[in-house]
Amino acid sequence: MRRVVITGAGAINALGQSAAATMEAMREGKCGIGPLEFRDVERLSIQIGGQVKGFEADGIFNRQQMTLYDRFTQFTLCAAQEAVAQSGLEFTGSLSARSGVVLGTAGGGVSTWDDNYRSVYEDGKNRVHPFVVPKLMNNAACSHVSMQHNLKGPSFTVSTACASSNHAMSQAFSMIRTGMADVMITGGSESMLCFGGVKAWEGLRVMSKDACRPFSANRNGMVQGEGAGIFVFEDMEHAKARGAEILCEVAGFAMSSDAADIVMPSKQGAARAISGALIDAGIDRSEVGYINAHGTGTAANDKTECAAVADVFGPHADDLMISSTKSMHGHLIGGTGAVELLACIMAVRDGTIAPTIGYEEADPECALDVVPNVAREKSVDVALSNAFAFGGLNAVLALRKFN
Amino acid sequence: MSIRDRVFSIIAEQAMLEVSDVTGESTLESLGIDSLGLVESIFAIEEEFDLTIPFNANAPDGSDFDISKVDTIVAGIEHLIAAKS
Repeated sequence: MRRVVITGAGAINALGQSAAATMEAMREGKCGIGPLEFRDVERLSIQIGGQVKGFEADGIFNRQQMTLYDRFTQFTLCAAQEAVAQSGLEFTGSLSARSGVVLGTAGGGVSTWDDNYRSVYEDGKNRVHPFVVPKLMNNAACSHVSMQHNLKGPSFTVSTACASSNHAMSQAFSMIRTGMADVMITGGSESMLCFGGVKAWEGLRVMSKDACRPFSANRNGMVQGEGAGIFVFEDMEHAKARGAEILCEVAGFAMSSDAADIVMPSKQGAARAISGALIDAGIDRSEVGYINAHGTGTAANDKTECAAVADVFGPHADDLMISSTKSMHGHLIGGTGAVELLACIMAVRDGTIAPTIGYEEADPECALDVVPNVAREKSVDVALSNAFAFGGLNAVLALRKFN
Repeated sequence: MSIRDRVFSIIAEQAMLEVSDVTGESTLESLGIDSLGLVESIFAIEEEFDLTIPFNANAPDGSDFDISKVDTIVAGIEHLIAAKS
């Protein structure tokens, strides 16, 4: 089987509008969560989020594009542009046919749904813009990336709630590994920070009104974020032959289903995905230095995740570092694994471990090294990225330092 | 119907039991209501009485609203209704 490396990264989220800015903010332990700003926010009981501010799509896209690009597509295209530029690839001829796009999103064009429902229900209009459907569909971002960069290989969108990006990147990885494609653009995006998007989440009573504090005993729920993370995955020999800068290797992945409950997480399902990724990558558990946790800041997730890590790693669980960057950028739902992969790249490439900020009080049920509040410099060979979705669908990726 | 009867009826429906099976001393757990059922019950009560109940599933014991048994839920709602009027 072929080996797969990452040769480009792009991102936009509450911490920054590029991959470099995001990693810099993670290094500094910045908090991107703040008051939400959009129409009718005063009718919400949850009024904070990791919102992307100062993003002027009108200056980036023309009028015709704006009629077709929902905010989740705008985020995706900006991050993809950055990732492809960093890779130095140009997609023409046979490379174009051998390259595709697999992206994750949970909600797709949520604000397009929201705006147009408002228009027909609240404002009583009987006509909507002709491009509502192509704008809101979950695969819109994927299709526009393929058009913009001339990617003609296998392309589709994965939707598995909070694990969407990790499932997407797993598929992109296995396509290159097995020879179906040479280059894949992959990652995910989400933009649910509008009245209807947050109102729906409020109903479940799992959101925090003040902060996301993963693993902290006083945590009181998740905080939503928005944005995109996009990567260029490439066949290692292809990347080497053209002298590309390699950020790290994607070593393996695993997926599992809890087959248990539609919202409650399962220790066994999470543990099977984590140990499966180690087996797939041929990694001994003692080699894992860092885990980017799913770490939502809910009571249920964090203790279940810590128990799963303790089960898989045994005594080594006390030696590795595990942090949740959701404390800084919020939970990007279908895009979250992609933005969080940046923390894993930073760990194996730079030896910088992103912290769990907002950590105030130790929880005996989360008794691991959660890198509280301040980033740490420590060389790491292998990093894992956990994602455990509502619906019990789990996907874990393993990254390895590239020498 | 009294507040108490209305709450009993909501909880019985959620638990898929007869109202006569619900007592003031029943816990939601003993009635077979899980965490999703609890959130749904609170929603149904809010709708029935046009109230907002301070409840966060991450800290069920942390709010002033005591959900430990049916009687405390009824008392909590009576308190919220009184505070509203």
